[in-house]
Amino acid sequence: MSDVRELRELYQEVILEHSKKPKNFRAIETANHKAEGFNPLCGDHFTVYIDVQGGAISDIGFQGSGCAISKASASMMTQMLKGKTETEAEGIFTKFHDLVTGHAGDGQDMGKLAVFAGVSEFPLRVKCATLAWHALRAALKGDQEAVSTE
Amino acid sequence: MSTVAKFPERIHAASTYDLQKVRKDFPILHQTVHGKPLVYLDNAATTQKPLAVIEAIENYYRRDNSNIHRGVHTLSERATEAYEKVRAAAQKFLNAADTKEIIFVRGTTEAINLVAQTYGRKNVGSGDEVLITAMEHHSNIVPWQLLCEEKGARLRVAPINDRGELQLDEFEKLLGPKTKIVAIGHLSNALGTINPVREIVRLAHAHNIPVLVDGAQAAPRMPVDVQALDCDFYALSGHKIYGPTGIGILYGKAKLLEAMPPWQGGGDMIASVTFDKTVYNRLPYKFEAGTPNIADTIGLGAALEYLNSLGLEQIEQHEADLLAYATKSVEAIPGVRVVGTAKEKAGVLSFVMEDIHPHDIGTILDTEGIAVRTGHHCAQPVMQRFNIPATARASFGLYNTREEVDALVKGIRKVQEVLG
Repeated sequence: MSDVRELRELYQEVILEHSKKPKNFRAIETANHKAEGFNPLCGDHFTVYIDVQGGAISDIGFQGSGCAISKASASMMTQMLKGKTETEAEGIFTKFHDLVTGHAGDGQDMGKLAVFAGVSEFPLRVKCATLAWHALRAALKGDQEAVSTE
Repeated sequence: MSTVAKFPERIHAASTYDLQKVRKDFPILHQTVHGKPLVYLDNAATTQKPLAVIEAIENYYRRDNSNIHRGVHTLSERATEAYEKVRAAAQKFLNAADTKEIIFVRGTTEAINLVAQTYGRKNVGSGDEVLITAMEHHSNIVPWQLLCEEKGARLRVAPINDRGELQLDEFEKLLGPKTKIVAIGHLSNALGTINPVREIVRLAHAHNIPVLVDGAQAAPRMPVDVQALDCDFYALSGHKIYGPTGIGILYGKAKLLEAMPPWQGGGDMIASVTFDKTVYNRLPYKFEAGTPNIADTIGLGAALEYLNSLGLEQIEQHEADLLAYATKSVEAIPGVRVVGTAKEKAGVLSFVMEDIHPHDIGTILDTEGIAVRTGHHCAQPVMQRFNIPATARASFGLYNTREEVDALVKGIRKVQEVLG
């Protein structure tokens, strides 16, 4: 059944592992950037903490609650972006967004994030996959208000 | 009122309900989703429409379409007659004392806003209180918040217990000289709790406080008698009682409606207009400004007729049987917890799963052809009360079957398999 295959594509082992045991799942007291992401439709809610030193992300963490897709995405985002410059982070955000909305092929050049390619088959879940990323962007921009998917 | 505990006695009664025949009346049910037969368990969000409703709307546009209460020509007369016939049917459906107590609105939300903006604005002042419960839908919270903000009044909230039942003693303590109106749901969309409306009304009336009942979820699931309940306002949505979207009913006691200022101004709600003075039309037209949603009102009429043909008691028994069966089946799955376990309950089964977010449950069930709602169900305070971000909710309708409940159980096991 193609649907079962699509489901396996969406809930890949890597995604399930990250959702159960998220990396960098912690508040960073010394963070100089911080923003909340909120999906009012389902109640998913994350706070992203970033410490930027000399134009690069020296530390990044997140806290909050959400579905497997949103949590795994947040977890892998923090792994991917540690050590990256703000410009690099912005570039990865754009690529990731294209990937989950089906505009970037199979995501070969996305490294581990390629596991999220399956999200494009589930349009209603794109907001889950990008929630923490939108919070990240808001944090880097220094927005004070919580970002909302709606 | 139904209780899940009574379910064994109901088997005989439920067996007279011809479910297979009923299902044939709903064209939409006979399709596959992701290659599986559709199992539609999102009836608290909206119900599907029987062919009679679909055809009534089509026939209206094909044959009778015209503006009402205006023309002297034949089509206008036909349209007006059809429209007013639905008002009479709605009066019977709710057992209102008079057709003038039936006001057509866009839905439950609009009905509640209408009362808040007219009765509320006139009678609620600075320092006064509006009393609701902790299990309300956002549509029975926010209109009152807006009113309170405008008037400098205070919104009071009667608490619920861990089963999701209103704490009636606490509710009673909150009634006082400052309370100007009570607004309560008849049946909670998030928890399935049936509120003891008659008792609530009795307590409020002892203080001369009127009661508005949000009947969106109760109206499709049990016979409603507004005179027996003695409530002052009753609001419901057409699309939740197997009729179209965009049409609903506000019932109000004539005495209260007469004393209320109009809400929206325009055509049809006036008796005479000059630039100096406008005399408002009599009830119910005072509250129906502009050309109304005629086609969907006629569709609603077909829905009421359809429900009457099956019998609300029969529907209530069928759904009570189904809810009891579903509750037993879902509770038996390890790692699943039902949220909302009131003694008096109907139609709604909210649940959470250990370490699995409702959103993921919803996606996986969808690939099995099963439609459930996941999220906060427009009742965020209820989620906060139970300290959960969201639930998955199966809600039943008059056409659902035990086989569909079995499919849900199988689907939940699949969720555990995929995400476990």
